[in-house]
Amino acid sequence: MPFVSPEDFAKQKVAAVQDYSTLSWQAVTAIFSRPRYWADIYTQMDSIGVGSMPIIVLTGFFTGCVLALQSATSLKAFGAISMTGNLVALSMVKELGPVLTGLMVSGRNAAGMASEIGSMRVTEQIDAMRALGTDPVRKLVTPRLYATIFMLFFLTIVADAVGIAGGALVSVALLGLNASSYFHASYRALEYADVVQGLTKPLFSAFIIATVGCYFGMNTKGGTQGVGRSTTQAVVISSVFIIIVDFIVSRAMIGIFGR
Amino acid sequence: MANEILTSTSSPQTGLDEQTAVVDFQGVSIAFDQKTVLDDISFTVARGETRIILGPAGGGKSVLMKLANGLLRPSSGTIRIFGEEINHMPERDLFKLRAKIGMVFQESALFDSLSVEDNVAYRLHEEHVSEAEAHERVVEALKFVELEQAIQKFPSELSGGMRRRVSIARAIISKPDLILYDSPTGGLDPITSTTIVELVMKQRDVSHTTSLMITHRLQDAFTLAMNRFDPETGKMRPIPDGGVDESTKFLVLNEGKIVFDGTTLELVQTQDPWLRDYLS
Repeated sequence: MPFVSPEDFAKQKVAAVQDYSTLSWQAVTAIFSRPRYWADIYTQMDSIGVGSMPIIVLTGFFTGCVLALQSATSLKAFGAISMTGNLVALSMVKELGPVLTGLMVSGRNAAGMASEIGSMRVTEQIDAMRALGTDPVRKLVTPRLYATIFMLFFLTIVADAVGIAGGALVSVALLGLNASSYFHASYRALEYADVVQGLTKPLFSAFIIATVGCYFGMNTKGGTQGVGRSTTQAVVISSVFIIIVDFIVSRAMIGIFGR
Repeated sequence: MANEILTSTSSPQTGLDEQTAVVDFQGVSIAFDQKTVLDDISFTVARGETRIILGPAGGGKSVLMKLANGLLRPSSGTIRIFGEEINHMPERDLFKLRAKIGMVFQESALFDSLSVEDNVAYRLHEEHVSEAEAHERVVEALKFVELEQAIQKFPSELSGGMRRRVSIARAIISKPDLILYDSPTGGLDPITSTTIVELVMKQRDVSHTTSLMITHRLQDAFTLAMNRFDPETGKMRPIPDGGVDESTKFLVLNEGKIVFDGTTLELVQTQDPWLRDYLS
């Protein structure tokens, strides 16, 4: 591996940030002018949204289950086991639902986008698309971006719901709590600010998943090995970004709503 | 029928007069990571001309082809296509310009998730041509490349030669004024290569479309220069008395520089030692 001077390294990183920003801006603004590829948006919604449903349901459900199970031990020590529903609902809606959904969709779809677009890149299909008069950003990136933003929002709601349901199952079946009081506690625990916070996060996560996945796909070099490298980078970077942005959004929301 | 429609000498859509070069490179250079790939390239391609680009691998031929289509931007120099300078042309305007240019890629570059029909009709779908008309034109284009039986297949089900022919059908379906063939015979067996060369010749002699063709096979280049397509027999025939096609010219690149730019006769009579060695 050739030695790269610090100056060149810094220039490469700055250029990469610039390219990423440009790609993101083009992808966002492309929806406001023709041509718009609605059929591709619907196809991506199906692939990203419906296709991710099983893993989101399973992840959300068992996260809710384990959350109830683990928290019960601590709550029991304070005689507050009836607060299990409260804790599960708040944790799922504010934090675990959005973050875990983002991470799962990132693992599945950022990787898929990077490998699909990356393969097209190395086999000159992107160049062929441009040669045939089609803007690849408009055709490939914009549909994935808007489809991810739209579907991740609803996937998060599904994850929250099945997580609370999973918590209910454990609370009733294993902890001997009353189902009605569990759901009542869950409902009372949630406030408007919590729901807004929980549903704002997936918008950011979706943006990160789609733009990072597509960016690495569009910049793939070096044949099939390059496709593998892009796929790994897309998953790692989008996952890390999701967690960092989750913290920033949480702090901002607490600043705005006070909780 | 297919031949008539596809190879009819369409009136120029470009609004160019006959004297203006279709492709005009002046002092074009391009470098990647500070490595010069093309250095001070200047040449022109006239309307109706077929320019064969020869040279050793890694000499910058494919880069030159991508520059001609605006897929890459030069580091310096001027490129004019149909009289329009494309160096600083916005990508959006380039998309419109490319509607007049067909391109056959080195590895075909077919969309592997689309069927042959959808690949060939890609440009028509982008232009919102009706399904019925698009289908009709796809069948005509596939008849031209003698591959109409493969219309429902996917690229993965085709051989290398068949993929190259589908790529040619995709390039010619919109009756372009300029066709760029990037090594259309690369990696193919001699018989399939001859079939592809015959298709290029057919496009040249029946529709007189301006074209640039990269090839590594000297045999293909000289077949193209010394034969004509006979529409009556549907086969190529040698030009009588060892003649050569006047509209076919050569450009030879080596290490990013032009080492020859001229006619077939000038090429075979060259005294340049490197060129003689290369041709032998």
